[in-house]
Amino acid sequence: MPVSLLWAVDVYGRVYSLSTAGQVWEQCRDAQMEFKRVTAAQQCCWGIACDNNIYLNIHASDLPVRYQEETYENQRWNPVDGFSERLLPSDRWQWSDVTGLQHQPLDNFRLPSISWEWEGDWHADENFEGEPTEKGGWTYSMDFPATYTKDKKWNSCVRRRRWLRYRRYKAMDTWAKIPPQQTMLPDPFSDISCGGWEISDEPSGRLSLWAVSLQGKMWFREGINHHNPEGSLWEEVPLPAEVVQISCGPGDLIWAVLWEGQFIVREGISRDCPKGTSWAVVDSPSPDVAATHVAVGMNVVWALTKDNKVWFRRGVNSHNPCGSGWINMVGEMIMLNVGLNDQVLAISCEDRAVYFRQGVTSSELSGKTWRAISVPRDGDRSHSSASASSLQSAGCYFCGEVRAQSVVSDVESDTDKGSLDGASHLVASISPISPESFVDAPTDHSEEPIDTPKAPVLEEEPIPGEEEVEAPSAGVAISSMATYTLAIEDQYGADEHPLWAWVSGGGCSVDSHSQLNWFNSLVQSVQSMSLSVTPAQTAAWRKQIFEQLSERTKREMDNFRHYEQAIEQSVWVKKGTMQWWRDWKPHKWIDVHFALEQFSGPEGNKDGILFIYYNFYEEKKYLHAFINEVTILVPVLNDSKHSFAIYTPERTKQRWPIRLAAATELEMHDWLALLSDSCCNSRGIQGPPSKQAAWSVTCKGDIFVCEPSPSLEAMPYPTPCDQMFWRQVGGHLRVVECNSVGIVWGIGYDHTAWVHTGGYGGGFSQGLASSTDNLYTQVDVKSVYIYENQRWNPVSGYTNRGLPTDRYMWSDASGLHECTKTNMKPPSPQWTWVSEWAIDYSISGGTDREGWQYAADFPASYHGYKTLKDFVRRRRWARKSKLTSTGPWQEIPPISLIDVTILPCAAQSSVDVVPLWAISNKGDVLCRLGVTTLTPAGFSWLHVGTDQPFKSISVGAASQVWAIAKDGSAFYRGSVSPQSPAGPGAKMYCWYHIPSPGKQKLKQVSVGRTSVYTVDENGNLWYRHGVTPSYPQGSSWEHISNNVRKVSAGPLDQVWIIADKVQGSQSLSCGTVCHRLGVQPVEPKGQSWDYGIGGGWDHITVRGNSMEPPRLPSLTAPAPPSPLPVRNMEVNGNAVGC
Amino acid sequence: IMADDKDVLRDVWFGRIPACFTLNQDEVTEREAEPYYLLLPRVSYLTLVTDKVKKHFHKAMRAEDAEEMWFEYEGTPLKWHNPIGVLFDLHASNTVLPWSITVHFKNFPERELLHCPSNSVIEAHFMSGIKEADALKHKSQVVNDMQKKDHKQLWMGLQNDKFDQFWAINRKLMEYPTDEGGFRYIPFRIYQTTSDRPFIQKLFRPTSPEGTAHTLGDLLREMYPVALPTDGEPKRYQVVIQGIEPLPETPLQWLSEHLSHPDNFLHICVTPVPSD
Repeated sequence: MPVSLLWAVDVYGRVYSLSTAGQVWEQCRDAQMEFKRVTAAQQCCWGIACDNNIYLNIHASDLPVRYQEETYENQRWNPVDGFSERLLPSDRWQWSDVTGLQHQPLDNFRLPSISWEWEGDWHADENFEGEPTEKGGWTYSMDFPATYTKDKKWNSCVRRRRWLRYRRYKAMDTWAKIPPQQTMLPDPFSDISCGGWEISDEPSGRLSLWAVSLQGKMWFREGINHHNPEGSLWEEVPLPAEVVQISCGPGDLIWAVLWEGQFIVREGISRDCPKGTSWAVVDSPSPDVAATHVAVGMNVVWALTKDNKVWFRRGVNSHNPCGSGWINMVGEMIMLNVGLNDQVLAISCEDRAVYFRQGVTSSELSGKTWRAISVPRDGDRSHSSASASSLQSAGCYFCGEVRAQSVVSDVESDTDKGSLDGASHLVASISPISPESFVDAPTDHSEEPIDTPKAPVLEEEPIPGEEEVEAPSAGVAISSMATYTLAIEDQYGADEHPLWAWVSGGGCSVDSHSQLNWFNSLVQSVQSMSLSVTPAQTAAWRKQIFEQLSERTKREMDNFRHYEQAIEQSVWVKKGTMQWWRDWKPHKWIDVHFALEQFSGPEGNKDGILFIYYNFYEEKKYLHAFINEVTILVPVLNDSKHSFAIYTPERTKQRWPIRLAAATELEMHDWLALLSDSCCNSRGIQGPPSKQAAWSVTCKGDIFVCEPSPSLEAMPYPTPCDQMFWRQVGGHLRVVECNSVGIVWGIGYDHTAWVHTGGYGGGFSQGLASSTDNLYTQVDVKSVYIYENQRWNPVSGYTNRGLPTDRYMWSDASGLHECTKTNMKPPSPQWTWVSEWAIDYSISGGTDREGWQYAADFPASYHGYKTLKDFVRRRRWARKSKLTSTGPWQEIPPISLIDVTILPCAAQSSVDVVPLWAISNKGDVLCRLGVTTLTPAGFSWLHVGTDQPFKSISVGAASQVWAIAKDGSAFYRGSVSPQSPAGPGAKMYCWYHIPSPGKQKLKQVSVGRTSVYTVDENGNLWYRHGVTPSYPQGSSWEHISNNVRKVSAGPLDQVWIIADKVQGSQSLSCGTVCHRLGVQPVEPKGQSWDYGIGGGWDHITVRGNSMEPPRLPSLTAPAPPSPLPVRNMEVNGNAVGC
Repeated sequence: IMADDKDVLRDVWFGRIPACFTLNQDEVTEREAEPYYLLLPRVSYLTLVTDKVKKHFHKAMRAEDAEEMWFEYEGTPLKWHNPIGVLFDLHASNTVLPWSITVHFKNFPERELLHCPSNSVIEAHFMSGIKEADALKHKSQVVNDMQKKDHKQLWMGLQNDKFDQFWAINRKLMEYPTDEGGFRYIPFRIYQTTSDRPFIQKLFRPTSPEGTAHTLGDLLREMYPVALPTDGEPKRYQVVIQGIEPLPETPLQWLSEHLSHPDNFLHICVTPVPSD
């Protein structure tokens, strides 16, 4: 069987093909734009692109596509001139078609589209009826119209000859727009299906192409054949009602789905009438559930209903195209397609994988089972890549160049509006990300990241949050944490395997006997554990060994079973059942047995191993991790799974943790508490976090703390970031800031300010792992959003009746998941509703008075007003939810904050006042009075005047204060002293405006001992160059890195960031803690990044770590000059200040 | 029912020898020390599995009287660095069970025994055995390709008596290219009581140059011919591996894969047939 192709479109509109001989989805790279649908024949593939035009991709073959244009030159004899172009008035034109009725001068011929080229110039056809004329091609006759002969006779009064010119179709193997209709079609196409090639061989390459428009009209493309592959024109097909989808088989079967949820079946199709003559109606398989989709083959009809059930139509054949009855089949699909030989392909509801129906034969047309096609895409990273290469590739998102302004910060503006209209604060995003900038990022690996799987854990990221999700330009769906989307389970590894939107097997020549390598490519690569088995199992020597071993057992053991075992089995084992997000594709939750075996380690410390026992194709296997290698336990609560992730350094490199789910929340907490306890024990960590601790926060608001080792900032070999051990601290925060005397403040999602009480534990950890006092109830509030989607239809305007293939009428931002007001649950069981659903008018792009945003089609960019071209609209609904937890945090009422910063260096004594600055949610700069190590909460706020609202602030070790205004520019404030924390004359204006680096809007600042770092809205990290004691505001911005969401500069001038994207060997993680390597006094900008825990991390602060690393005798660098003397700085600062 | 070869691995791993530890009579005790009974894993090392014995006898002694613990059987100091099963098969295979081991806390026989101050010494010894074996089997390629955690897992598997944990890694050490019919060389050691030599260890391939599989008999013929029975004469020597006497026609490669100790060596004990 020759090699042929299966075509598919993923949810991002990328077109892929899979060869029947291949094992990889190859992306159709030449596609200039994203596609919605494809329909394939063996020689070509048609598609609807996101511009709603129809494109054709003809496979190159040895047989060129040529079209012969012809026209006739006509002449009449007269006695004066002989044969000449002077014709009688009643004659035909001098240049005409063969009938003489059409005027056809040579220059009237135009190429039908840019896909064609002329092969040469016009020439007279010298041949007539197969014989050379030898007379310039003239043929003679008595008069028009008559019989022509090649010989001139006495009575030949007229003559004519044929002129020929060939044009050749040149747009092979590429997507070419088919020429637009002369008369514009009224509305864009929404579905397309080709087939009908079995009806007739004449003309060669003939096929039928049917299309459906958004308004529910149906069109038939006339005149498609080998020589005219684009066809000639669209002809409307009369319908009994509006149609939403159509399927055309290779033969005479054509079914379509009506808006109303029934089917219509075309009748009267024949060789002479490939369009058919009339429609018959067939009801939906289920009386209460509308049909949504149909797929037909030669002799089969498959259909889907709105509940995603799969139906097979019995008794279908040429004579009875309507068939006789429905059979419900296994599986839940969103789309079906019947390919050649009635083979069936489908896209599953659950994982959006393409499934192939196995066992479809002519005698068993309904087949046997669904089997997932599990081959990688050509851009997918190999799973076998070694960690060395993964480390290398981890940096592929960083590059030296400044990332250009490419997005409008939607989320930020959301926030602004949220706070303006006084509604409680919509959760602000730290970092809106542009998918475009990601794709366009000028890296050496630029083609790689596009398809790489994304981080499987804590992803706000893969959760399509904002409108970009399926938008044509979006390479990857990224969202901000502002939108809390549920159905998170589906998101794990959501992009790990491709999410398909459409598949077409019309060009794919397979049957039930085909050898396909599309399935379970993993099986071969996973070796069974069986050891070598040698032949001759019955050999005497082997038999003798078995017998002797058995005797040995009797002799040495049977009588002594009561003896104590020398090696105690693990001190104790806790076992349970859990679900595990399995490592192989397709990834899904499978039931596993879980055991934690704890024992006393050789040196007396407690250690343990955790085991996950699972079945791999009926073989029992297990996975394990040593407790002393676990670096973090991350709870991943969502509404359907009580799950958590376990990382080791290796798993961090892979960006692929062990993911487990317990049956109940309580069980999960038990396990987490136990495991966490065990991890802390094995590392000898107990009690409250130290003053030097690094704090970080995930996008779920979980708080983690890490005890830095002295060598964390060592030169040249610091502790690798992925080896840092993080333990959780109870509570829920968006931001944590600390300093090296142990003052720690936090800000909740609801902007409430909190101060760390010095306790530890809380949250899920009870008993030993928690301090007995210092734990308080903590409350946080955030909003959950859902979208109401509507489509315009000609009958009733905008309604909640979408196309069957549309997104859900109530959905998340991506449209992929149904989210209704009733089924929507709070983000996790920890959260409860505290308000009713309300329309959210503050969404970016604006809304009309009812909150609607309009667009031409899903998904697209939305605007807040309706135009004639808009066929869909949506609006966002918000509902507030509240989380109650416990943690070592005490509220600091009443002012809501968006940023806070604490002087990082050590205070002289416990009563020394520590400068602490903050920004209120209105943008006011505040200074907290009375903050000491004994009274970390301080006692009151001092308002510091500014010209405009601010959004970020940071105070350095020399009390130098830098801030970012809402307009994205930076400000430096003349030095402040501990005695006068707000600076000289707090009421006076003494902010120095510092222009932001070229055209970039800054969003965050962090000041260490001397160095000043900022991050802009495009993810660029900037270093302030030229900061000296005499010129503390510095001279210029120097670009350090892109791919940065947040920065934390510490008291050693150490630099840590949250990186936007980090590629691991197995997956991609978004929101990753990274450490700048090579930072030293002579090189304060450092050299490269080391990658730590992620993804899903939103915030880190290392401003507590003032622990000087052990000094190694420096071989290369000269003795470091002493850092900028703090005292000088103050003096100078004062001098500069106003 | 014909057992699976995998069951041999389990039987080997879970082989136990019942032992009775008695304190040497010359030790100074404060009170009488009861004997201590224990099931010793054949594949482990004495000092690795006798913490309980040490604690038990320490209770009867003053701390200052307890120096490094060592063991002796019928006058022979037991070398902890040989697997327990080897010690038993070599010195006590025909004894009445439980195996009676005398425990000493002084007069450490410096010339005969290695000190074992901590488990890390055992670990180092064990790992060096594995590395040496792999040098013979695969020119060290397999063991060098492993990560440190794999090495750790081998050791932890042995230390904690975790068969699955150990074999998950050890199977890699047991692989060989199918076209070669076996390892490069078979890691083996032949122990004898009748010589002062600690053991015989030479290069020996699993197959002959003609490609036929070498057997245990072939090995002994080369290394220790007297161990083989001669026709018409009563058997003079027992050739014991893991407490059993495989037939001479047993393929050496199979023995190496299935009856090796966790250090990947095939430990072969040749002892005179008891004259009873």
